[in-house]
Amino acid sequence: MVSAPNPTPDAPVVAHPSGAHIIARIKEAGIREIVALPDIVTSDGLLWPISNDPEFRLTRICKEDEGVSICGAMSYNGTRALLMMQQTGLMDSLNAIRAIGMDYELPVVMMVGLQGKEPHLRPDQSASYGVRIVGPVLDAMEIQHSLIEEPEDIDHIPQAVATAYAESRPHVFLIGRAPEAS
Amino acid sequence: MIIDRDAALSALIPHVAERDIVVAVYQSCFDWLQLNPRDLNYVAVGAMGQASSHGLGLALANPDRRVIILDGDGSLLMNLGALVTIANAGVTNLYHFLAANRVYEVNGAHPLPGADRVDFVGFARSAGYAGSQSFGELDLFTEALPYILAAPGPQFVSMEVRPGQSYPRDYDYIHSAQARQTFRAALNRG
Repeated sequence: MVSAPNPTPDAPVVAHPSGAHIIARIKEAGIREIVALPDIVTSDGLLWPISNDPEFRLTRICKEDEGVSICGAMSYNGTRALLMMQQTGLMDSLNAIRAIGMDYELPVVMMVGLQGKEPHLRPDQSASYGVRIVGPVLDAMEIQHSLIEEPEDIDHIPQAVATAYAESRPHVFLIGRAPEAS
Repeated sequence: MIIDRDAALSALIPHVAERDIVVAVYQSCFDWLQLNPRDLNYVAVGAMGQASSHGLGLALANPDRRVIILDGDGSLLMNLGALVTIANAGVTNLYHFLAANRVYEVNGAHPLPGADRVDFVGFARSAGYAGSQSFGELDLFTEALPYILAAPGPQFVSMEVRPGQSYPRDYDYIHSAQARQTFRAALNRG
């Protein structure tokens, strides 16, 4: 569990990305397999709608590193998959990602909710240690990652997924603001 | 009663069809690679405990193939939740064999925690596998194999084993790009 900073009353109001639009981009990327552990940042805007969308097959997992292996194994015949989790699960799965994604050069694509991040701050400005370290850890592991928090940030999803599969390497989408359920 | 591991694996060989995927780990993998080298052996598991999850990914993505997992007991203990995930995933083409030697064999043969008590069959049964059984006698295991592999999965089989003949531990091969490419090419040949 990650402690969430108390929101300050004077924090600026910011726009949140549309969950429906993110889901549309996921589909545009050719992904129909979702492997997930619930994450409060993406629960209402992404995982619940996905769980009710017959175009997706959702595999619910008990621990995040299972998902790294499931998605990596699926990739051998070209099946595209997305692993959804919270950054705590990402941290818990680093050895699997190191081995399966990086050493074995498999396209494990992950969407990670940054639980505890203040919506108006960049991850590296967060008061939450658990949020601040995510980017540097991924950089140290040479894992490609990109941030989704402004509504227009979603546009790069299909290309990032395509590149991950073309180059057979992982990509992590960091969700910095809870997607709206519309 | 207990079975020599290489005898158990040898009994399995006639029942592995050409299109079947076999996911194997640790000493079972090294034994299997010597006993039954084939292009659809999936050896690149990467992280200890993950064989069953790789097997699930393969089973989901390749519903027209059987996926046979040769797991280790120490490995399974690292990923027990995978039993629940597999049982809940709706795969009927997954066959999960466990080499239960009750030790971390390749890491110095230290005993598993609870080595003399852990009930792996009970774990799989309560997780919701379609079938779950244990064998300590080679004849009974050999007799049951065709029925197990013909039944809808997920099926779980604990093979109570001891080391048989010692086969070389070729870590370089199982982690090699060549092993992954060989598997990928075989899988996509159809």
